[in-house]
Amino acid sequence: MRTPVSWIREYADLPADLSSDDLARRLTALGLKLEALERPGAEVRGPLVVGRVLTMEPEKQKNGKTINWCTVDVGDANGTGEPQGIVCGAHNFAPGDLVVVVLPGGVLPGPHGSDAVEISARKTYGHVSAGMICSAHELRIGEDQSGIIVLPPDAGRPGDDARPVLGLEEEVIEFEINPDRSYALSLRGVAREAAMAFDATYTDPCLRDVPPANDEGYPVRVEDPVGCPVFVARTVTGFDPSAPTPEWLARRVRLAGMRPISLAVDVTNYVMLETGRPIHGYDGDKLQGSIVVRRATAGERLTTLDGTDRALSPEDLVVCDDSGVIGLGGVMGGETTEMSDATSTVVIEAAHWDPVAMFRTGKRHRLTSEAGKRNERGVDPTICEVAAERVAELLTTYGGGSVSPGVTVVGTPPAPEPIRISARLPEQVAGFPIPTADTERCLRAVGATIQRDADGDPGDSLTVTPPPWRPDLTDPYDLVEEVVRIVGYDKVPSLVPLPPVGRGLTREQRLRRRIGRTLASLGCVEVVSFPFVGEDTFDALGLPDDDVLRHTVRLSNPLSAERPLYTTTLIPGILDAAARNLGRGAPGVSLFETGTVAFPADRGPAPVYGVDWRPTEAELEKLFEAIPVQPLYLAAVLSGEREPAGWWGGGRAADWSDAIDLVRQLGRELGLEVEVRQASRMPWHPSRCAEVLVDGEEFGHAGELHPRVCQAYGVPRGTAALEVDLDFLMNRAVDVPRAPTYSHQPLAKEDVALVVEDGVTAADVEEALRSGAGELLESVRLFDVYTGPQVGDGKKSLAFALRFRAPDRTLTEAETGAAGGAAVAAAAAAVGAVQR
Amino acid sequence: MSGPNSEYDPVEVTPLQAEQVAAMREEALAAIAAAQDLDQLKRARLEHAGDRSPLALANREIGALPPQARKEAGQRVGQARGAVNAALAERTAVLEAEAEEGMLVEETVDVTLPTGRRGRGSRHPITLMSDYIADLFVAMGWEVAEGPVLEAEWLNFDALNLGPDHPARTMQDTFWTEPADDHLVLRTHTSPVQARTMLERTPPIYVICPGRVFRTDEYDATHSPMFHQVEGLVIDEGITMAHLKGTLDHFAEQMFGTGITTRFRPSYFPFTEPSAEVDLVCFVCRGEAGAVEECRTCKGEGWIEWGGCGVVNPRVLAACGIDSERYRGFAFGMGIDRSLMFRTGAEDLRALFEGDVRFSSGFGTEW
Ligand SMILES: [Zn+2]
Repeated sequence: MRTPVSWIREYADLPADLSSDDLARRLTALGLKLEALERPGAEVRGPLVVGRVLTMEPEKQKNGKTINWCTVDVGDANGTGEPQGIVCGAHNFAPGDLVVVVLPGGVLPGPHGSDAVEISARKTYGHVSAGMICSAHELRIGEDQSGIIVLPPDAGRPGDDARPVLGLEEEVIEFEINPDRSYALSLRGVAREAAMAFDATYTDPCLRDVPPANDEGYPVRVEDPVGCPVFVARTVTGFDPSAPTPEWLARRVRLAGMRPISLAVDVTNYVMLETGRPIHGYDGDKLQGSIVVRRATAGERLTTLDGTDRALSPEDLVVCDDSGVIGLGGVMGGETTEMSDATSTVVIEAAHWDPVAMFRTGKRHRLTSEAGKRNERGVDPTICEVAAERVAELLTTYGGGSVSPGVTVVGTPPAPEPIRISARLPEQVAGFPIPTADTERCLRAVGATIQRDADGDPGDSLTVTPPPWRPDLTDPYDLVEEVVRIVGYDKVPSLVPLPPVGRGLTREQRLRRRIGRTLASLGCVEVVSFPFVGEDTFDALGLPDDDVLRHTVRLSNPLSAERPLYTTTLIPGILDAAARNLGRGAPGVSLFETGTVAFPADRGPAPVYGVDWRPTEAELEKLFEAIPVQPLYLAAVLSGEREPAGWWGGGRAADWSDAIDLVRQLGRELGLEVEVRQASRMPWHPSRCAEVLVDGEEFGHAGELHPRVCQAYGVPRGTAALEVDLDFLMNRAVDVPRAPTYSHQPLAKEDVALVVEDGVTAADVEEALRSGAGELLESVRLFDVYTGPQVGDGKKSLAFALRFRAPDRTLTEAETGAAGGAAVAAAAAAVGAVQR
Repeated sequence: MSGPNSEYDPVEVTPLQAEQVAAMREEALAAIAAAQDLDQLKRARLEHAGDRSPLALANREIGALPPQARKEAGQRVGQARGAVNAALAERTAVLEAEAEEGMLVEETVDVTLPTGRRGRGSRHPITLMSDYIADLFVAMGWEVAEGPVLEAEWLNFDALNLGPDHPARTMQDTFWTEPADDHLVLRTHTSPVQARTMLERTPPIYVICPGRVFRTDEYDATHSPMFHQVEGLVIDEGITMAHLKGTLDHFAEQMFGTGITTRFRPSYFPFTEPSAEVDLVCFVCRGEAGAVEECRTCKGEGWIEWGGCGVVNPRVLAACGIDSERYRGFAFGMGIDRSLMFRTGAEDLRALFEGDVRFSSGFGTEW
């Protein structure tokens, strides 16, 4: 809301020496937040004068543009009194118009972000152009670039300083208005707050006598009094459509951020800014028969003032006449009854509309308008007559004609509901003493009336009736906010509350930290990616068409049409990050990410309950069931150099085993033995992919990525990755390990080399050795794999270090040898191993 | 030790004369002193203290001397041999020390050679920041509550006094799932976790809810469709705005340093009443006079917007089944990403989400 300070001062008798900065600061502390304090045109220096266009000759240029060679009367401002010759590129004016001219020597603010421009007489398009005719944009007093400023005829005389005419000496405070403070979308409301802030006298612009309603007014029938509780109509006849907008009114409308258009339009906008009540004007000659307010019927259409043809919904409130729908009530009028430059009869509508209906219609038709913005937040329902009267008065004052005696008033304004509040509630909520007298003073200051309860303790219970312009005040706590903000939020003391003893972090929260630290300790850097993917993401991962990961939650309004899905895997995001790092010159990268993925619940829509009471347990159950399943996953990608070459020797690239090792290490951290099995699953290399299991249950995959996937993501072949279900791991994690016991007896070593078929896995051989070695076995470690002529085609030799130890004695060679032999025998039996 | 000399020959025993023993001793000491390394010393030992050295031979002659001469000669030779052995031991120690020193010098390495054979890992600064905030509140006895990011519309909006026709719904640009009548959203704030907490627990409630949230904002240096929030919720008897202020002042000082406190400005949130914006004392200029004019961080205002807060609207308590006559609450929320940028001086929000290890690996594993 842009508010010229002089306009605020018209209603609030503020101290003369109060600066606009202080005013804005104080209002910010009250809840009207300072967005910007503008001094429009403050950067304009030098001669800026009113000029009258004497002649204009359009000249077509070679570049296809047409410029106007003008002579402009600038009085004595140029020192000669002779007309000034100026080239102008705009066309929205005619000889005789008053315009704004900056003469040579003047300085205009440059385009945003650039230096100021000094104006001098210069040769252009074959003329010497001595100055410039200005647009609002060039003076930085508005956004309008479509043409130059044409001043009202009474704005001044040629040669006058244009600054006061344009309001360049005015300061404008722009406030950010919260949705509950709709009253502050008017000068009436802002000035009331300002007066309250400085204890100044306030003059309500809506306190004005209005003629009583009668039967002579324009006929109106409201068929939906819930949607439209009040409808006031007044008529002005004999209006001169060519009458110009008075300069002061145009200036205020302009300073408030709206564009002056014509007297009739400017007046309705002005009254809306002044009172907060949106007004609609109809061309009375185009209206056919009675005005009717009702809900639209299916199939009805309307072309609104913005030129859009709209299909109406049976929920839309519409204004009709005999011709059909002529407006979307409270939101936007229709084209057929629009006021034009020939309108001489104006029917003024000032109506109160149901905010919910306004909100829904605005949303449905994607229509935002100054009127809609106010109507959907709630406007004072009691000022319809006053606003209509004010419009009629301004129209006839400046446009001639007369106000018809007929006054149509349909309906009565809904009365605000009184609120009972304990006088102690404000201090109980605020946490510092607020005497009842202060509470009453604050509530009266915002316009409420207060009644002490006759029966109760006179100091305790108050019945407060909010003013009609405060539809937001419905609950005791709303009143508390009013009291505390006026007493001052800065009065609230600072006191740390003392909760009962807490239980600290949950098991899962502690485990998540452990997991993150473990991955970091293994050299991985955590990343955070967006969870949005597209179908082509799954194609790049090589997932089959029926893959479970393709069954996703889809967004109806994604930011990017290419990525409308909530991801079911963390690998794409982390692969993108890996590719980005490598592309930026990193020799290698080890990344991890933990995050939730989502799988549709497929349990039907989530219910939407009311807001006045707690849903039942069964209802909550139904709600929770409908929410997608969102397990916590961990993914890691290892790509390029894992260990660099250096003076110590050669380096090595990350490979499939690094990914599997990360899972094993993580399992060990959580007290779990991870089993690894050969598997085949996209996006992994079909022969270099492991599924990882705990207690026989699979919880993810690790290994080398498929070469096609590496290519699709632009990472080197051999890139390794893993993705596991962390919820699974955390469920099984060992919280407090048992303290281990260990023997102090000497260690006995036995190394064996076993030849097996290629297809036999190391894990199978190891398992057989373990089963055969007996209780004395302490550990088995594979320390070499050999393939080559010495073992023959299709075979490999696996060398294992077996370590034995007894709890109570030194083992003899014979004991160790026997145990080793038994282990080898078991391997021979289980996987056909032959000792070399 | 040789046996008594049976063929005593006075000529042969001349070496046992005092001058001769002294000469042998001097010669031996000189050779020991002259040894420059352990090899030379070994040779000197063989020559002057070995079995065939003059002093050893002399010693052997003692037994052949007449008994009256033996004592004197034995004493003389014994002293000489003792002196030579002592000198040998001393010289050995010196030369061994020198030898060790030389060997250690030869083993010199360039300790400035690079040592990093594996890159250092790290956790993401947002994770670290969330943990830091959680710890701060856990230390006060609060607990950490969490919930899903794909959330029921009712929990994200309605339960928080944001009915379907509430104008404030348009303040938050929401990602909806398809089809729209599934009534699911990507949560626009972590407030649904507050609602879940109130539905699942009974007061007193003291929880902090950090988490990921989504809004349909375009992605630039200060906006992101995904960002992180931390919200706090307290429901207890006798709670006031003073408790809210005290909690936020403490939080701010823990985050940004002593003296960085907060101020409240009236605001509007459907789920709180009264509501306030929370501003921080500018941690760059500290709002001090003089410095204020030039401060770019707060644009000279001395205050920086941090988040929103308020007293929990009794309507929200009702929707969650909490007796609003008995209990009152407060809630607050702020951006973790924004706080992180404040704390670390990061200037572009996008650095948090593009995964460049040059950014993330600087933050370590714990704050
Ligand atoms: Zn500052």
